[in-house]
Amino acid sequence: MAKKESTFLNMVVTLFLVTAAASFTLATVYNLTAEPIAQAREAKRQFAIGQVVPEFDHLESRKFLPPGGGDSLEFNFAYLNNELVGVAVNTWTNRGYSGRITAMVGFKHDGTIIDVFTLNHAETPGLGDKIEKGKSDWSNQYRGLNPAADNIRIRQDNGQIDAITAATITARAFSDAVQRAHDTFAENVMSQIKTEGEPVL
Amino acid sequence: MKQWNNFTKGFIKDNPVFILLLGLCPALGVTTSAFNGFGMGLATTFVLLGSNIVVSIIKNVIPNKVRIPCFIVIIASFVTIVQLTMEAFLPDLFDSLGLFIPLIVVNCLVMGRAEAFASKQDIWSSIVDAMGMGLGFTLALTMLGGLREILGAYSIFGIQLIPGVTDGMLVFVLAPGAFIGMGYLIILFNYMKKKTA
Repeated sequence: MAKKESTFLNMVVTLFLVTAAASFTLATVYNLTAEPIAQAREAKRQFAIGQVVPEFDHLESRKFLPPGGGDSLEFNFAYLNNELVGVAVNTWTNRGYSGRITAMVGFKHDGTIIDVFTLNHAETPGLGDKIEKGKSDWSNQYRGLNPAADNIRIRQDNGQIDAITAATITARAFSDAVQRAHDTFAENVMSQIKTEGEPVL
Repeated sequence: MKQWNNFTKGFIKDNPVFILLLGLCPALGVTTSAFNGFGMGLATTFVLLGSNIVVSIIKNVIPNKVRIPCFIVIIASFVTIVQLTMEAFLPDLFDSLGLFIPLIVVNCLVMGRAEAFASKQDIWSSIVDAMGMGLGFTLALTMLGGLREILGAYSIFGIQLIPGVTDGMLVFVLAPGAFIGMGYLIILFNYMKKKTA
């Protein structure tokens, strides 16, 4: 087999050609998949919003900074016939057992939690992943609570949420994310909503 | 006959995971369920097939001293193609595997077949080798994932085996269970290899 000789020029030219061909191929694939990827992400977001607020016909999104600092939260105001039916807040916490947890929390105009939905996490399979809706009913206990009146911390922290067996840290982190969503909601939005259904923005 | 041997050697005799002990990182990391193992196996098979073909085609124009960087660029390109395609068209699978897809680049199985086989053989043999090795890898990951799912969650491919019982032996879903399951499957495969040899 005639292997090509490893001269300086040969090596430089070969490496250049290989990387150029690779870049060209990847650029093509990226262009072809950019649109479907954006659609898949948007569908996922819409699905998560639909899980935590009642039926709506259009959305308006705005970002607010949480009072405790850190990344801003995306607020999705859901309207049906121009009446505000709920606000889906994309919230986060960094106190998870393995890194950041993101979740969608739906609020009524007065700050009552409609429902919660876990978006992304890297918690232990079989233990911490019970925060997912499909895996366990655990997250249903947030339904109908209003963090202004109810203590949504876990029982170990004198709250009223039952922690997940063997995954206390995960449950504590999830409550932290919900609390952050509510604090931001209370500070930026609640004062502007006087009555149920009134448009905010 | 030679090609048939090339193809089947990846299943038992030279099974990449249980006999050659290559690509253990994804084998231990993603096999929490049979479906995850299967998906990872197919993704790796695609990368292996692509890289084996391209390496085999250009093997004679690559100067010897820069062959490894060239192979890595080729493998990394195929991995990125898999990642983008999976995110676009199989978002659910991407959610559970996404983190591990970039790791295929450093999967020694892919690099090993490029260096040890495709850079010395013709295209046809390289394709057969990639399919055999890739499917052997898929088989290994699906078996390990299936074993862990059955014992850890009493289900297989997401179907519950005992209605109403979801909490299995948790250790098999966690990292130690991967090592335990792997150990017993290595015993099984070496036993089968001895029988067939």
